[in-house]
Amino acid sequence: MPIKTKTGSESSIFSVGVYRPSRLVPNSEIVDAIDSSDEWIIQRTGIESRRFASADESVVDMAIGAAEQALSRAKLTIKDIDSVIVATITYPHQAPSAATAVIQRMGNPTAAAFDIGAACAGFCYGVAMAHDFVRAGSSKKVLVIGVEKISDFTDPTDRATAFIFADGAGAVVIGESDDAGIGPVEWGSDSENRDAILMNPSWIDVRDTQTQLTKADVKWPNIAQEGQKVFRWAVFAMSKAALKALDSAGLSVNDLDAFIPHQANVRIIETMAKEMELPDSVVIADDIRTNGNTSAASIPLAMDALLLKHPELHGKLALLIGYGAGLVFAGQVVKLPPKP
Amino acid sequence: MALSPADVLAGIKEIVEEVAGIPAASIELGKNFTDDLEVDSLSMVEVVVACEERFGVKIPDEKVTELATVGDAVNFIVNAAA
Repeated sequence: MPIKTKTGSESSIFSVGVYRPSRLVPNSEIVDAIDSSDEWIIQRTGIESRRFASADESVVDMAIGAAEQALSRAKLTIKDIDSVIVATITYPHQAPSAATAVIQRMGNPTAAAFDIGAACAGFCYGVAMAHDFVRAGSSKKVLVIGVEKISDFTDPTDRATAFIFADGAGAVVIGESDDAGIGPVEWGSDSENRDAILMNPSWIDVRDTQTQLTKADVKWPNIAQEGQKVFRWAVFAMSKAALKALDSAGLSVNDLDAFIPHQANVRIIETMAKEMELPDSVVIADDIRTNGNTSAASIPLAMDALLLKHPELHGKLALLIGYGAGLVFAGQVVKLPPKP
Repeated sequence: MALSPADVLAGIKEIVEEVAGIPAASIELGKNFTDDLEVDSLSMVEVVVACEERFGVKIPDEKVTELATVGDAVNFIVNAAA
């Protein structure tokens, strides 16, 4: 007997929602620990401020905040969702997943739910998977959440990272659509550069030194990165990957309305746009200036900020590209969600 | 293809002016990229990639930090292209 299979339909993004932690942290608050200045940070990264979550704003709290807003904007409830993907590298439990905490607390405890670890590319990986679930008939409506509380895994005295990373969450509802609202994903890795961005030490090392945890020189899996190496890869390899995603969707830069890259660094974003020869008509997301680099949350956060500032972009074409630790990347063209 | 130091210097002047907005006239062999020309680490990456494309050479990440002066970059590129 042959196995019966399913097929679904095209998919689109119904809505986006966000959770921004309430505490805004200006550069002036972090410069002393890294012997730096507001001007230096702005010149290198474009970041003027970022948000850090407080002790009562957990990864799951922020994920739920973003999910609730996305669902409400799509005029749906959690009961309408049949699978939940959470992209994060900062949920402080290896099991069970943040996604199962989300469905339990939100009131749909039987939906399919899991986390993915693709660092700053996690959201675009999630969008690609959600699209494929809908195309394959595995799901009808998927909630994709990117969430990070990187402040828990950042050394405030590390001159390479302390001013870059930030906390927050963004979510989209992806579901069935008559027209194609999500293009083919272009994704891959450059695993020869696994060391370019990483969290060290491992939990095994932490366990073996746990008696030192109360000491000042505590070992903890903080994020570290080689800025120049990442900059080079991000700008020159990622602009090519982004153009490939555009080409896979049968489009050119002249068809685009918006460019929403991972919010890693304003200098990367601007140099990418130059490399890609984006026309001036393409609106470029720059949420990083006030909200920092929130890893897997940065693209939906930037999408929300862009739509608030430019409501005319609802329903228009945007190119997304996420890239980060691995090194891994994923990008696709999407139709931005309609006005709620 | 062999490149002459003068051609490489001229190319680097154009690239540094384009990337970092530093007038070509002030770019000389003895100038240090960081201390004299104030080319920051990220602009340096752009300069390096532009040099790779223009002169058809590979400048590995670990070599970039060794290119302190304009003269170091000229020498590296001339040797790499030889």
